[in-house]
Amino acid sequence: MIAYIIRRLLIAIPVLFGISLIAFFMVRLVPGDTVTAMLGNSYTPEQAEALRAQYGLDEPIITQYILWLTNVLQGDFGFSHFTNTPVLEAILLRLPVTIELALLSVVIAVILAIPLGTIAALKRNSKFDYGASLFGMLGISIPNFWLGTLMILFFSLWAGWFPSGGFVGLYESVWGNLQSMILPAIALGTAVGAVAMRMTRSSMLEVTNQDYIKMARAKGVSSRRLITKHALKNALVPVVTVLGIQTGYLLGGSVVVEQIFGLPGVGQLALQAITNRDYALLQGTILFIASAFVIVNLIVDIIYGFLNPQIRY
Amino acid sequence: MNEIWYQFKKNKIALFGLGMTVMFIIFAILAPLIAPYDPYEMSTSDSLAGPSLAHLMGTDQFGRDILSRIIYGTRISLQVGIISVGISLVLGTLIGLVAAYYGRWVDMVLSRFTDVLFSFPDILLALVIMAILGPSLTNLMIAIGIVYTPIFARIARGAVLSIKSSLYIDAAKSMGVSNRKIMWKHILPNSMAPLIVQVTLSFAFAILAEAALSFLGLGVSPDTPSWGIMLSEGKNWMETAWWIAVFPGIAITLAVFSFNVMGDGLRDALDPKLKNESS
Amino acid sequence: MADNILEVRDLKTHFHTNDGVVKAVDGVDLHVEKGEILAIVGESGCGKSVTSQSIMRLIGAKSSEKVSGEILYHGEDLLSKTEKEMRQIRGKDMSMVFQDPMTSLNPAYKVGTQIAEMPIIHEKKDKKSSWKRAIDMLTKVGIPSPEKRASQYPHQFSGGMRQRGVVAMSLACDPDLIIADEPTTALDVTIQAQVLDLLRKLRDDTGTAIMMITHDLGVVAELCDRVAVMYAGKIVEEGTVADIFDNPQHPYTQGLIHSLPKPGSRERLKPIEGQPPNLHNLPEGCRFQDRCPFVMDVCREKQPELVPADKQDHQAACWLMGEEENDGDGRTGESEEPEKTF
Repeated sequence: MIAYIIRRLLIAIPVLFGISLIAFFMVRLVPGDTVTAMLGNSYTPEQAEALRAQYGLDEPIITQYILWLTNVLQGDFGFSHFTNTPVLEAILLRLPVTIELALLSVVIAVILAIPLGTIAALKRNSKFDYGASLFGMLGISIPNFWLGTLMILFFSLWAGWFPSGGFVGLYESVWGNLQSMILPAIALGTAVGAVAMRMTRSSMLEVTNQDYIKMARAKGVSSRRLITKHALKNALVPVVTVLGIQTGYLLGGSVVVEQIFGLPGVGQLALQAITNRDYALLQGTILFIASAFVIVNLIVDIIYGFLNPQIRY
Repeated sequence: MNEIWYQFKKNKIALFGLGMTVMFIIFAILAPLIAPYDPYEMSTSDSLAGPSLAHLMGTDQFGRDILSRIIYGTRISLQVGIISVGISLVLGTLIGLVAAYYGRWVDMVLSRFTDVLFSFPDILLALVIMAILGPSLTNLMIAIGIVYTPIFARIARGAVLSIKSSLYIDAAKSMGVSNRKIMWKHILPNSMAPLIVQVTLSFAFAILAEAALSFLGLGVSPDTPSWGIMLSEGKNWMETAWWIAVFPGIAITLAVFSFNVMGDGLRDALDPKLKNESS
Repeated sequence: MADNILEVRDLKTHFHTNDGVVKAVDGVDLHVEKGEILAIVGESGCGKSVTSQSIMRLIGAKSSEKVSGEILYHGEDLLSKTEKEMRQIRGKDMSMVFQDPMTSLNPAYKVGTQIAEMPIIHEKKDKKSSWKRAIDMLTKVGIPSPEKRASQYPHQFSGGMRQRGVVAMSLACDPDLIIADEPTTALDVTIQAQVLDLLRKLRDDTGTAIMMITHDLGVVAELCDRVAVMYAGKIVEEGTVADIFDNPQHPYTQGLIHSLPKPGSRERLKPIEGQPPNLHNLPEGCRFQDRCPFVMDVCREKQPELVPADKQDHQAACWLMGEEENDGDGRTGESEEPEKTF
């Protein structure tokens, strides 16, 4: 198992390196630079030169990249002039919100997906199955920002059950925090749940056709035990993988959903970095988000190893 | 071909998707004939009017007819779909073909590159590309096209790798057929089925991405009748005029749904064929 | 006869598909006596696996699957049992060994856990004693260092070991009958012999009857006591191993025997020409008619039933038998119940 984890880690390293390359150079392609954004509209070329020299921006771009990467590896992501704090601090401050949103979305998705997908597979071609399929398709098709808007309309404006925006920290009030998070989490989790449900269904259909399920029936195993013990553990393997891939969607979707619901998360921070042309912050958030995707998938691979003993060796 | 259609036809919901798609295409082409109003025409006296016989889906804050803007919006969505998916398809297939066909370090480099691109959430990547290129419809299509390139590269690479090892390619090689000819004449047509399915599904993604970017204000210019823009504007009027945001949302969902079910139906219809090829 | 563990009468398993009804099993009669090894032999697709799964009631739950007839286990009809009652019988009284040991063990659980599940569900034993039983069973089927092996996963076992593991599992609750569906087909020849030896030894030690589904006449000759030959959903000949090999009555059985290589003989092998009939669309009359070298007019009109051949417990379903014994009157089998040997 240890060897397996190390092998996975080694595969992730070149990808992380590639991410740093793209995060750095792509942001440098954005017109204008930090200096002009910092100085505003009125400045002399000399002032700009002085600032550039101060930030090392007059060095060749490769040198700048190496410098940036070395700093990043030491935990220094640069300074964000928009938040007026170090980039890392700005990100870490907002990270818990995004993590909570993502986790809550996944929990909602899984609670929805696994029972629905399993029942749909067991009652293949029944009305329930068709209903679940339709829900799955709609869940994938409905834009999360529209779903969010609709939920605000129905549950906040009309029914008045939830605040229509604004964020309450977990430490201020657990209930208030949950109230401010639940709608965004549903908006974000619906599509993930739909994808995971479709995967659960098809994977369950495949597993229930396997010989070892026939064998388990021949052993006299009850149907409940057959599903929960013999089939589900195998059927969940691809579902976990799909959930891992969906992290990318969750992180991207958080940009939109955090914006709608006014949640101060990393996604919103990335958007603010773009609109305020805060390049150090943008590089930092992009690097962070993409690395988070890789790391989550690394974790998923390890969970995969636990679920599927064959893969470990 | 007939057999695929026969299989596809059995899937009623996919057929619905096809019907809806045809309808959207007709709307896009005949928009000026079908739309009851000019989508850009403002009218202060009619602003924020609810759904009525005169304006079936109501009007926005400038008094523009929502229905007409939605009908014109099909043009934007389909255009974005066609062009951005076209970009991803051509670029991705090329990358995948080259990677799989030449193998070794070429494959190494290209595959790692697509892996890395894959790690960026699509919306975020598109946002940054839009920041680089500046907001416009053309740039939006380029950005979405780039974002969905890796998935085509992966599919093309996978499909080619599975076919490459098959006997008839060896046969062609042994008869001295040139590399390029093998790629175009033998490998590409046989990689078609999964690519076709992905095109349909990516169409849905592209429509969603355009709406999301426009919604965030980094897409097309604000007066364009784009579904995403309409939704984004409507959001601010949610309390007083729900129809501004609700109807474009239905349009997006319906369009995306149609392409998704069509893609699903196509995959199911093509699947037995795919299986035959690999065996 | 009281010594019959299992008696199957007129078993029919029909699948209703979009393309029509597939009569996979169409009127099978057979019985298994206490402690014997019965072989069911036939080409793939002749319905032998469907027969075995119908007996275990693994087939028949779906609306597209219709199982009819009688399956008497110690005189009780399994077809009238509820699913819950059936679960008590499966694994405990009758257990199964499937063809492919690579896929019949659950990859997600330890082999020991899978064996221990049997006493847990059937005898309400606790985990600890069940685990001990699992190790005992692994010892019994000849797996070296069973304690260690029990906590390994199936993919750590070789093919032959897995099949031993499956056999251990099927034996865990000391059943009266094991249905083994081509248990050696997926194994190497040397491993095959080991597994066959194991099965025989287990039968000798425990008195468990075995119903052996196979297409391999070599396996039959080596292991079995009696043979039922199946063709296109029907039993065409039944008898002791000696009867079948030395005095085959049905042309299909004769064909099977002739297609076996004989040691030391330079005679050319004679394969049976043609293909078995389409189960969607069975011909009138005998199902072997198109491949039969002795086909007669009557074969195309009426189905022959099993009738005793040279002795009471050797039966065959062929009009040729009528030729010899009933003086050419091909109508004997028409409405009569086939004679039973028990």
